[in-house]
Amino acid sequence: MTGISFFGGYIPVYRLKRDVIADIWGRHSLGGERSVANNDEDAITMAVEASRNCLKGAPTAEIDALLFGTTSSVFKEKMNAALISAAIDLKENISTLDFTNSLRSGTGALMAALDKVKSGSAKNVLVTCSDCRLGYPRSDEEQLFGDGAAALVVSDENVVATFEGHYCVSNEMMDVWRNSNDTFVRTWEKRFILGEGYINNMKRAIKGLLKKYGLEPKDISKAIFPAPDSRSHKRLASQLGFDLKTQVQDTLLSKVGHCGAAHALLMLVGALEDARPGERLLLACYGDGADAMLFTVTDAIERKMLQYTLRAQLEEKLMLPSYARFLSYKGLVETVPGEPFRLMPSATVTWRDRKSIIRCHGSRCNSCGLTTFPMQRICYNCGSKDDFTEVRIADLEGLVYTFTLDNLAGRSDDPVVPQIIAEFGGSKVRFYGMMTDCDPEEIKVGMPVRLVFRWIYEGAGMPNYFWKCSPMRNGGNDL
Amino acid sequence: MSGIKDKVAIIGMGCTKFGELWDKGTEDLAIEAAYEAFEDAGIGKEEIQACWLSTVMAPPIGVSGTIAADSLKLRNIPVIRNENWCTSGHIALIEACLAVASGAYDIVMALGVEKLKDTGYPGLGTGRGMHPVYEARRTSPGSFGLIAQRYFKTYGLSDEEGKITLAKIEVKNHDNGSLCPKAHFHNKITVETVLNAPIIAWPLGLYDCCGNSDGAACAIITSAERARSFRDDPIYLKGFGISTDAMMPHFRPGFSWISFDSLVTSSHKAYEMAGIKNPREELDLAEVHDCFSITELLIYEDFGFSERGKAKEDIDSGFFTREGKLPVNIDGGLKCFGHPIGASGLRMTYEVYKQLQGKAELPERQIKNPRLGLSHTFGGPPQISAVAIFGNEKG
Repeated sequence: MTGISFFGGYIPVYRLKRDVIADIWGRHSLGGERSVANNDEDAITMAVEASRNCLKGAPTAEIDALLFGTTSSVFKEKMNAALISAAIDLKENISTLDFTNSLRSGTGALMAALDKVKSGSAKNVLVTCSDCRLGYPRSDEEQLFGDGAAALVVSDENVVATFEGHYCVSNEMMDVWRNSNDTFVRTWEKRFILGEGYINNMKRAIKGLLKKYGLEPKDISKAIFPAPDSRSHKRLASQLGFDLKTQVQDTLLSKVGHCGAAHALLMLVGALEDARPGERLLLACYGDGADAMLFTVTDAIERKMLQYTLRAQLEEKLMLPSYARFLSYKGLVETVPGEPFRLMPSATVTWRDRKSIIRCHGSRCNSCGLTTFPMQRICYNCGSKDDFTEVRIADLEGLVYTFTLDNLAGRSDDPVVPQIIAEFGGSKVRFYGMMTDCDPEEIKVGMPVRLVFRWIYEGAGMPNYFWKCSPMRNGGNDL
Repeated sequence: MSGIKDKVAIIGMGCTKFGELWDKGTEDLAIEAAYEAFEDAGIGKEEIQACWLSTVMAPPIGVSGTIAADSLKLRNIPVIRNENWCTSGHIALIEACLAVASGAYDIVMALGVEKLKDTGYPGLGTGRGMHPVYEARRTSPGSFGLIAQRYFKTYGLSDEEGKITLAKIEVKNHDNGSLCPKAHFHNKITVETVLNAPIIAWPLGLYDCCGNSDGAACAIITSAERARSFRDDPIYLKGFGISTDAMMPHFRPGFSWISFDSLVTSSHKAYEMAGIKNPREELDLAEVHDCFSITELLIYEDFGFSERGKAKEDIDSGFFTREGKLPVNIDGGLKCFGHPIGASGLRMTYEVYKQLQGKAELPERQIKNPRLGLSHTFGGPPQISAVAIFGNEKG
């Protein structure tokens, strides 16, 4: 049976208390906190992290398609999925595609993946979605939105939740939108967008699904559906006849915020973490109409899961100290740059060296076994020439060998750039780079670190990505 | 390998004042250093048969030898530019010496000139190397901070002990610089000044870092046989060593970060050529590459001035002060002169040259009866080291 075989989410480590935003504007706080992508994160890097998390223990080499959903495309023209695929080191002969411009990009990509596997055009499809939308300063959306990503593998094997069917409605209305040059999400009058838009369309899709498969609300173990706000979520659940205490999946709104096109799948990941065999899950998502899907949890859900759970990620956080920092991380205020880069960005160089830069491959000498990063044609130790095996470094665990906290390399909102030398894996591969997602004061020689894929700078109009160290937080499983 | 000990000599040198020379361009600096050297050697520029130019900051396509040729109007002779990071000045000088030793030329010059203060920022900039990604945020203080952190850890120094040890090096260098008219900085400092200064790249603070300055220095070289026909006190090249490590330290597997092969091998090659067995005892002064305090400390150990892990003891005992057994950076070093990259190697050699002639500007900073002096630069991430040893007598 076709369904979901692996799943994983990603929530950026930075959170901002909504009270901080509300205080700045002298407004009512919606309470709780929202996630904020670090200033080196974007929709691509978050999708990479969610995918790597999801693929722990999965047959990565057998992934033969990658579908990516977002409304925060890094590129207006150029495929985000191609870069994501390379960073998670999928094979090259796979099909990749972006699903963009709609809050239903995530569920849309998931349905397309299911169709691909059912039709036999692919065996294992990675679906990942990621979003970091911006609400207008002082708006409710500014407080309500969060940043995050989710990833699922769709397959006929190892399935933890089989796909039973779907029901979709399409609806044209200007309720929530961004024109092609807009930075912030626009909305029409709240009563119109919530009542006529969200509630009515979700009801049509969910009721349609239940009717199509001859089900009553009580037959659903968990109804998983994002909402623009907690009140609308409760209202919709009640109107559909779901018991709020037992049948409805947590919206993540109080601790993370609404993560756009990623949110439905992120909530599904949360539901799967707690799911039991035999449960029936209903997933629905709104955006110019609505998608509703039905899944049944299998016995495989009880196997040992390796991913870094959402539950743990919710607790592992660093608080963003100020609204000013939020604005600068989002690129809404320009910071004083650090010293100018003395680099010449080059698309040809980054393409030629993509195996090291993007795929994070080092070279292991076939003669003496020394592993070096980036890849070297001549072995540093034994001098053998062009006789090496490529090995992926990115998924190894490392320890800080030495570090410095550099006050010259940063920008005014992030003046300290931790520079790190670390040793990764049993063969102690040396890596040099920056440390991210940390309090510089916590860095110590011997500290455990992992590698994360991040934006490092833009030059010649071209974003450049590379790997950085990040403190090892709860990388293990607690399911 | 017989080397070129006592085969060539420096017969004239010049050095500009170092500092933020807003009103002087690259050409002015070149002219001032070269003409002081011509006058010191008692020759005119027409007698120069070849020029080795050291300069590092250049537009991407390079500058060739035009900085020297255009400014000095050197007509129809070879001007060979050398760029080897911070060691450029030394390598230009050594190449000039080798050319004379080969017999190809009788009189040549080595000119180092660098104008750092036209860039619009105080440091050397962020992002290094040839690659657009791997070293995107690498800075000089950052790389040397990595060394200091690891040195402290390896030898069990607390952050405070480590920082105080490094501070004493800079207190010494500032004390020396206060007496040197051509230095950029003349202020004396205390350990407290160093410890209380802002952090640049932890654990290195402001006073652990050398300044950024403009400057130029120049040497005129001829064969040892001819040297005394120009002056009574030529300074002879006794030995040299140049070494480049394979792979930058940042990615080098297993690299210790507390000792650099290039430092060890370049100094030992130079000692061997100069016939020096025990540098700690035989050298009378050394001008070494104190781009950061930790660099000078590492050099004490890698050059055999101090035993491994024991530099702190020599620093504490004042071994390297002006009155100590082996004065190091008696002119204030890069710390007080600043580091106009291509000029520094020749500027350090200028100090050794003047000291060996007994001609330091102020009598209180002249070492008594020195015979042998060493100058040295260390460059890149770091990765390359160049050493030259000079003496005031043959044999």
